[in-house]
Amino acid sequence: MRHWWKLLGAVLVVGASITALRVPLAPALVHSSADRLAPGEQAFRITGYNTHFDQSVRPYVWLATDDAKFCATTVQVEGTGSLSATFDIPNGLGGQLAHLVVFSPTDGVLPLYDAVWTGDGGTPLPDRNCDVTPLAMKPFDFSFPNRSLLYETIRNLNFHVPMWFTMMLLQLVAVVYSVRTLRSNSLRDDDAALQAVNVSLLFAALGLITGSIWARATWGAWWTNDTKLNGAAVTTLIYLAYLVLRGSVPEPSKRARLAAIYNIFAFVLMLVFVMVLPRLTDSLHPGNGGNPAFSQYDLDDQLRLVFYPAVLGWMLVGTWAFTLKLRLSRLEHALDENDR
Amino acid sequence: MEFLLDLRQRAAWGGMLLYVVSAIYVCYLGVRGALPVPVWNALFWIILLFAAFNALVRSFQREDAGRQVYLYTLAGPRSVVLARTLYNALTMLVLSLLSLLFYVLFLGTDALGEAQVGQFVLVVALGGVGLAAVLTLISAIAARAGSGLGLMAILGFPVVLPMLLSVMRASKGALDGLPWSVNSTYVLWIVALDVLTVALAWLLFPYLWRD
Repeated sequence: MRHWWKLLGAVLVVGASITALRVPLAPALVHSSADRLAPGEQAFRITGYNTHFDQSVRPYVWLATDDAKFCATTVQVEGTGSLSATFDIPNGLGGQLAHLVVFSPTDGVLPLYDAVWTGDGGTPLPDRNCDVTPLAMKPFDFSFPNRSLLYETIRNLNFHVPMWFTMMLLQLVAVVYSVRTLRSNSLRDDDAALQAVNVSLLFAALGLITGSIWARATWGAWWTNDTKLNGAAVTTLIYLAYLVLRGSVPEPSKRARLAAIYNIFAFVLMLVFVMVLPRLTDSLHPGNGGNPAFSQYDLDDQLRLVFYPAVLGWMLVGTWAFTLKLRLSRLEHALDENDR
Repeated sequence: MEFLLDLRQRAAWGGMLLYVVSAIYVCYLGVRGALPVPVWNALFWIILLFAAFNALVRSFQREDAGRQVYLYTLAGPRSVVLARTLYNALTMLVLSLLSLLFYVLFLGTDALGEAQVGQFVLVVALGGVGLAAVLTLISAIAARAGSGLGLMAILGFPVVLPMLLSVMRASKGALDGLPWSVNSTYVLWIVALDVLTVALAWLLFPYLWRD
């Protein structure tokens, strides 16, 4: 089985893509009807996503600060994803942000962080102990993390990021072949570099499309002035320019040399730009400019279990596409030779 | 290292200067009144970028075949590219400082109100040198490919963009009056980028020259 890796790539891509689209999001709270506390009886309507409020004993609801737990007096379940909780708020509270927490045995502990503001000045939230200890952990359930802003779009991680990884792998291949072209002056190496660039541009396009859709959903715009996006734009432009350069030199050996030089020069500058500049400036992407990296807590083990196979699978498929393109182009050259 | 002094090509110098001055004058006619700082900054770098393309596109095209062979046997390709880069860097240094002078003359100093002027001039000088460093190899490639400004702009733009973005950020910082301790990261980064670019050109140029 010389071609096992192609099969592996295809299986991983298909498997990871189907899983990425089908795994449900973990239950989470998404909305609370009030975000301020007023003295007296106050009812909160809390909306959950993928929750099962009505499937078990009535959930517990409380407001939590670092050192206090303030329980709801009554909780009324209105549906799987909706419940209403009434708090008896004392006078004179203030100066605190509190989390809203729902606990149900089916869904586990669901926090809505910094959900309510207790108003300016005043005493902190008292501890009204209601004997809630999240006893039963929720049963294991394969799901993706449910993060605010991202929500269902978190699945895109398994498509968007592998595209860029694959593109960079293919560009690395292209640069290696370009260096070999300069050493060997061989047109075969030059052709390999060209085919790697061609396939890498396909992945760049896919990365831009998936990224644009994701940006529209989470940041509200198809394109933003973000260092990573500038890096992507520079990368794409470099390789388009590479193709233009090739188009404008008719003589093959000269074309090979010029293209190789430009490829090496541009690749190194681009790499430095993409690697270093985002660390100097703000970026909306995770892991830059004070944003937590996915790996810190977004990328939990269950997401990883899909993400890593997806990356490996796309890389293998990209390499496969490259070898196919290369064979095709070599056959075409051979045919040309025969014709002559 | 030998020097290729093109100072005798006065016409070229005159052309570059005229280009910059007319670009700035057009901006002056177009805007009327004070520009906000970011626009002032962006406009300046756009003018300088195109001036750099115009100035450097000629740097390898003037050499006819005979002179080229003579030069390269005399000095070796690596010294040639270093000398070229140095010469272009000097050109751009003078050109960028002169453009700054004209720019301030025509478009006013409103944007410089809170600026760290010394820092800004340093960034402009470094930026000019950086553009020269990046564009020297590109202009050599374009010249070898036998086409002119069009190809050079296509090849040069994406490669110049990292340099341009960092320079614009640094000069914006200087205009906003950021202290040196904050802005020096960018300045050092620009210097590092310059060194890297020159090193790459030094490595790659011999392959370009071989025929």
